[in-house]
Amino acid sequence: MATNPTELYHWPDAGGHFGPYGGMFVPETLMHPLEELRLAYERYLKDPEFRVELDADLRDYVGRPSPIYHAERWSRQLGGAQIFLKREDLNHTGAHKVNNTVGQALLARRMGKARIIAETGAGQHGVATATVAARLGLECVVYMGEVDVARQEANVYRMRLLGAEVVSVKSGSRTLKDALNEAMRDWVTNVDHTFYIIGTVAGPHPYPAMVRDFQSVIGREARAQMLERTGRLPDALVACVGGGSNAIGLFYPFLNDPEVAIYGVEAAGDGIATGRHAAPLCAGAPGVLHGNRTYLMEDRDGQIIETHSISAGLDYPGVGPEHAWLKDSGRARYDAVTDEEALAAFHTLTRVEGIIPALESSHALAYAAKLAPTLGRDRSILINLSGRGDKDMHTVAAREGLRL
Amino acid sequence: MSRIAQRFAALRAQGRKALIPFVTAGDPSRELTVPLMHRMVAAGADLIELGVPFSDPIADGPVIQRASERALAHHTSLGDVLEMVRRFRSEDPDTPVVLMGYLNPIEVMGYQVFADRALEAGVDGALVVDVPPEESHDLVATLRQSALDLVYLLAPTSTEARIGKIAEVASGFVYYVSVKGVTGAGHLDLASVEAKLAEIRRRISLPVGVGFGIKDAATAASVAALADAVIVGSAIVGRIEALADAPERLLEAVAAFLGELRAAIDGGRQG
Repeated sequence: MATNPTELYHWPDAGGHFGPYGGMFVPETLMHPLEELRLAYERYLKDPEFRVELDADLRDYVGRPSPIYHAERWSRQLGGAQIFLKREDLNHTGAHKVNNTVGQALLARRMGKARIIAETGAGQHGVATATVAARLGLECVVYMGEVDVARQEANVYRMRLLGAEVVSVKSGSRTLKDALNEAMRDWVTNVDHTFYIIGTVAGPHPYPAMVRDFQSVIGREARAQMLERTGRLPDALVACVGGGSNAIGLFYPFLNDPEVAIYGVEAAGDGIATGRHAAPLCAGAPGVLHGNRTYLMEDRDGQIIETHSISAGLDYPGVGPEHAWLKDSGRARYDAVTDEEALAAFHTLTRVEGIIPALESSHALAYAAKLAPTLGRDRSILINLSGRGDKDMHTVAAREGLRL
Repeated sequence: MSRIAQRFAALRAQGRKALIPFVTAGDPSRELTVPLMHRMVAAGADLIELGVPFSDPIADGPVIQRASERALAHHTSLGDVLEMVRRFRSEDPDTPVVLMGYLNPIEVMGYQVFADRALEAGVDGALVVDVPPEESHDLVATLRQSALDLVYLLAPTSTEARIGKIAEVASGFVYYVSVKGVTGAGHLDLASVEAKLAEIRRRISLPVGVGFGIKDAATAASVAALADAVIVGSAIVGRIEALADAPERLLEAVAAFLGELRAAIDGGRQG
């Protein structure tokens, strides 16, 4: 299913499909509300006032544009391509997540919805949602699996400080997928006055396209910044993929640049062969979950199985449908790195460049560290440094037998 | 004429309304499902909705979520559910059975394999909660070739245009979700149900069942006055949960509850 390289990228179709993926696989109750959301989104996307307000928020509140940083010392050590980092870790709240929550919250307000709900795994999207809800004075409820609530205490506290109600989800595997289930149940119940801010490029149409569009500010900036800095486009892009919002945000503005190679990096956990991982694109199969058709981690009966990753933000059994399509069409390549490899990259960037990356982003770093030596010194790799590692201090310390 | 159409035609001829109980296959055990189905028929069920357990039931409230978890604890698969229907059908050639669940188990089995096996097992239709008409093209075409009905949901949020769209593809009957929410939620508002059913019937001539929020005999009677079928799920599954360790008492309790519902529905007709 190779795409014609001369044909400009045009997905999704009117029904929200990316090739055979995506779509709107939700109960009837949500179909009309999703249609209203799509119409509102399409209207405001073209509304100059909305764009002005969004751009101002991204500049003054989020701190955009985020810089690109040439990691010269690390590049020298690796002995190959020059590595550039897109510094999403410098955003307000510490990750790329806020690009999307700022946009969706503005949309919620324009649609007259007074209540916001969200799901969260590690808590980053929950914090980014609670943050914008506080600023706009909107009621905010965040669903979080009981297991994640226990292992991400600091983010739970942060959300509560911001005025959000954090609901501990006790069903299923009590992690991110169950938080998403519970948020969908809330939405179906309170759909008249509630706006559901999905944190990644998954869910039913229009979410995958809408979240992509809000996150693609990353790639638009980075493309211009690389041209300005190096006089040409990067040879390769690398980003970690859980649901895949930071990756799509970087990739999307480069999809019509065939000379730019694109790599998405999933979490191999203990190793793909152990089965204890979170790599649906590398080791899963197509199926339907959370409103869209995509690659999933599932058993042979079609039940969703538990995932494993040191990084809570990648611990999800599905992946955005657009990534499924980019994989099948061959435009992007997907690979996976283990917990150990990600941790090694985490320490390397911290010691060599003085930047403590999020464990999620460390997966992209670990892959780039393998890719760079295969390319000449005159080539360049742009990595999305999607978040900072402050939230991961406990996890990393625990690996070393320390308690903070 | 399909078993579902026959059953509704017969009821209509008698001036009666259908009672449709929902239970999750494999809850509380695989062995109990077929005896439970027979017992429900004996107690007055006209059609059985058999839930196919799924790991991520986004449209279900806590009661049916836990039923799915119990069934999955001993790995009840779609294949197992089809086998249960086959066993049920060998002794009951008349009572229609509709499988209710989510798409992914069917997607993984493959639409054609599912349709072939469902037909062979004696299934009459499927209600796939997360498949709206926009996404049902291939599934409905495949099921139709095997003379299986695809039952669609309608909701308080369904606009006139959406009702029209569903009218084009639905067969068997349609299922009106009476409240915005998950299974077992809230209280249904009879006046709004009545208004919406009138809107639905202007466009859809199939029988209309009403479910979600029917907790007791009194509500069942009121709904029966408006709809062609009364669908009861969580209130039954809650009784199954309470007696999961006592199969004989469980069968008794479910049968007794269905008996109450049946009497209330039929009584409403006379009164």
